[in-house]
Amino acid sequence: MNLTLRIWRQRGPEDKGRMVTYQVDDVSPDMSFLEMLDVLNERLILSGEEPVAFDHDCREGICGMCGLMINGDAHGPQRGTTACQLHMRQFSDGDTIDIEPWRARAFPVIKDLVVDRGAFDKIIAAGGYITAPTGSAPEAHSTPVAKANADAAFTSAACIGCGACVAACPNGSGMLFTAAKLTQLSLLPQGQPERYTRVVGMVDAHDEAGFGGCTNAGECTVVCPKGIPLNTIGRLNRDYLAATAKGGGTPGS
Amino acid sequence: MAVTGILLVLFLIAHMLGNLKIFTGETAFDHYAHWLRDIGTPLLPSTWFLWLQRTVLLAAVLGHIAAATVLAMRARAARPVRYAHRKAVRGSYAARTMRWGGVIILLFVIYHILDLTTGHLNPQGAPGNPYGNVVADFAPQRWYVTLFYTLAIVALGFHLRHGAFSAFRSLGQQSPRGERRARAAALVLAVALCVGYLVVPFAVLTGLVA
Repeated sequence: MNLTLRIWRQRGPEDKGRMVTYQVDDVSPDMSFLEMLDVLNERLILSGEEPVAFDHDCREGICGMCGLMINGDAHGPQRGTTACQLHMRQFSDGDTIDIEPWRARAFPVIKDLVVDRGAFDKIIAAGGYITAPTGSAPEAHSTPVAKANADAAFTSAACIGCGACVAACPNGSGMLFTAAKLTQLSLLPQGQPERYTRVVGMVDAHDEAGFGGCTNAGECTVVCPKGIPLNTIGRLNRDYLAATAKGGGTPGS
Repeated sequence: MAVTGILLVLFLIAHMLGNLKIFTGETAFDHYAHWLRDIGTPLLPSTWFLWLQRTVLLAAVLGHIAAATVLAMRARAARPVRYAHRKAVRGSYAARTMRWGGVIILLFVIYHILDLTTGHLNPQGAPGNPYGNVVADFAPQRWYVTLFYTLAIVALGFHLRHGAFSAFRSLGQQSPRGERRARAAALVLAVALCVGYLVVPFAVLTGLVA
């Protein structure tokens, strides 16, 4: 396959950035999208040019590092798939592919296609944990959990924090991420003590980080590589209403 | 957004039911319209309830617009650099057109009040004869008025389809099965209100109400 790539190049946070066109020839349909970028980068290095910076780690679709806007789709055209698990057979010979970083005020571009997702860490730090002592795994039967709650919590816990929800949201909102990180705890007995201070703290941190507000448009769940359902946000809303009706304490206390 | 929207939807339902009284004849419709000015009497002086209701509705409209403006401004600020290549929103047409749809509905409401409440833009504009005003308004030679009303009501229908679902969600609808029900209820509400509002101008246009 021969492809034309239009890639966002930006030298650093202060640089204005621009789309640059590259030609990549002899791409195998069995390559992953990132391997295709590796081929381009090796060629750029050989010709003495600066390679394209992009985030990646496990290349197995579970670490949440890779994240590219491919032809206007977060993680590309295949649903339920991260960019590293996307294969070039999803494209055709002669295609032009636009590759851009996630665009959000809360995710500033560090270089080329790499963005700083530290805003997600701030949301987690504001309450995305439990204060119960951990240690070795407890006996599974000692704390019963309803099957439906366990399943819903596990669905939320599948979130890898890649940021595709923010990238795709027409409002630039990080509500699906926040809701997933919240409900994986609020549905389980271990998450109950801080349930209502957690939701207020995490939503406040979300808003302070500069994310937009949720309007239930549902774009996030379409692009989510882990298929976090939209009703997760409803669970967050319900906890938030309960928490504000009660009058909260200090987040995380 | 959700609370002010629900207030406005309650008004829309009451207003639609009132409109449908046009099929009971001129005397009954005009009598109903005059009764609207007298609700609450003799406890309240005449038209007091009407003005109370108008105050609440105005507050709901302003609150709704204020909340929408805050959301729109936050959305704009949240993405300072736009995508060079952006797909259209895949959710639903209704979700994509909430903001512009809202602006169209606002312009329509202003026109509608000048037309059938104050009578300034109505060809008859007789304050005591709403039945005659409606019939004169949607007369076949004024087909463009009916067309504009139809477009505005369809815009309202799309606004409600996403708006009603979104209100359920904002107020804590949380299960997948409930989501299907909430979407279905929003669709039924939107279609019912569209049909209920559109039968009146089309009844006049086709001569069913004259």
